Amino acid sequence: MKIYDQEKALLEGLAANDTTAIETIYRENYAVIQAFIVKNNGYPDDARDIFQEAMIILFEKAKSSSFVLSCQIKTYLYSVCRRLWLKKLQKQNRYNPSIETIQETVAVEDEIETHEKRNEDFTLMENALSKIGEPCKSLLEAFYIQKKSMPEIAASFGYTNADNAKTQKYKCLVRLKKIFFAQYKH
Amino acid sequence: MEDNILLDAIEKYRYGQMDDQEKVFFEELRKKNPEIDQIAAEHNFFLAELDKMSELKNLKHNLNLVESKLVNEGAISRREGKTKAKVIYLWNRYRRTIAVAACIAVIVSLSTASFVSNYSEKKNVSVITPLVDNKLNQFEHKLNQIEHKLNDASSVITKEKFEANFRATGFLVDANGYIITNAHVVVNAKNLIIENKKGEQFSAKAVYSNPATDLAILKITDTSFKKTSTLPYTFSKTSADLAEPIFTLGYPREEVVYGEGYLSAKSGFSGDTASYQISISVNPGNSGGPVINKNGEVIGIISSKETNADGVVFAIKSKNIYTALKEVKRDKDENIKVSSENSLKGLKRVQQIKKLEDFVYKVKGN
Repeated sequence: MKIYDQEKALLEGLAANDTTAIETIYRENYAVIQAFIVKNNGYPDDARDIFQEAMIILFEKAKSSSFVLSCQIKTYLYSVCRRLWLKKLQKQNRYNPSIETIQETVAVEDEIETHEKRNEDFTLMENALSKIGEPCKSLLEAFYIQKKSMPEIAASFGYTNADNAKTQKYKCLVRLKKIFFAQYKH
Repeated sequence: MEDNILLDAIEKYRYGQMDDQEKVFFEELRKKNPEIDQIAAEHNFFLAELDKMSELKNLKHNLNLVESKLVNEGAISRREGKTKAKVIYLWNRYRRTIAVAACIAVIVSLSTASFVSNYSEKKNVSVITPLVDNKLNQFEHKLNQIEHKLNDASSVITKEKFEANFRATGFLVDANGYIITNAHVVVNAKNLIIENKKGEQFSAKAVYSNPATDLAILKITDTSFKKTSTLPYTFSKTSADLAEPIFTLGYPREEVVYGEGYLSAKSGFSGDTASYQISISVNPGNSGGPVINKNGEVIGIISSKETNADGVVFAIKSKNIYTALKEVKRDKDENIKVSSENSLKGLKRVQQIKKLEDFVYKVKGN
């Protein structure tokens, strides 16, 4: 039971974007993944990209309300990384069917697919943000991502008062929404 | 500006910044007004997307923080430090490819080497054609037997039938029955016979054969052979001159054939200094024939011709004959004396040939 509780705490930490939890997971799992990828035609750089992506998938899983931990974090991360790496190799036509598996794996296909879909959405929003230009981008990021208050924003962006900043933010928001939904519908 | 207030309200509601009264009012408003409700739904979706993005951004930020911390600690290999172990990574990554490539390289180099060596040997053979006539057929042989019987009915050929499978030329170096010819003529022969222009055959054996100089010396062992008169020609010890007119006698056919030409180079095939290049019309069967200048000196022995070129014939220099004779004397204790008197000098060509043809023989064997 102890391991189970520990892992549950780690996942909760990850869901809350807690650096200590992230660091612990990194320390316990990264070496195995890198060994696997280097053994199978990869560089450590590849390992780091793949591991980050797997962490994001785990994060999404941990955040979802329906999440139940059905296996150890170690097994889950290994499975995801293996799957991701195979896909990458296949894309580069370097796929080697005899890829070495040294550990048990669990089925992770569905999660990876959802993740890819979400990644697309994510890039949509990023694209839209990059298109509206400055200072709109920084203004909206300050409000919606860094969750700063209006008076704070007014001060740092040099608006005379919060209301002014609010009007400006509104104009930017309308433009962003327009671009975002235009892309989304296509 | 109404939209502005509406969106503001939606956000306030979403992030729980409204008091209870406002909340009730806002919910009522959405229920009653489908237009506002739709705007609210759309905006909420948009905000959810924004939230997701900000979550991910924050997570990535933290992941990078942790990663760089661990890299600094050395728990994760450094990005820029990858050159240190690059060879190992390259090896791990490409070892299968390297193995396959190495195998292919080995196979290719081996096959190329063997191909090249095979091909170059073959090339040598094909470039130079030894002038031995290997196409003697039985018909020709029988025809000759009959011809000789008719021609010379008195000399009864008592010898058992000899079926030769090649024919070349040779000529006497010593009246005691020593004949010089090419080493490639006798190299594979089990039995050798010497035949004069009348068709008389004498058995012979090779007493000397040197593939390097391509010279062979045969000794007529047949008891029926009688010592001939003194040789009319001598062997030149010096180098012949370019453009010197030369002639030869040989047996490309069953009958003796005369050929005329000139010396075209002082070296032979691929710069071989032991032979001359001469321009003369020769055919298989001429191998071993003498190359004689207008003074009746033997300057060489016809050995081969270049396959792909016309009129490029190679003759071994006569100097080599002396070397060969010396070696025979040393190894076999056969004392061969070369005539020193030249009786061809100053004669007309027709007279020279008449004197000469008795000393040029067919060399046959099987």
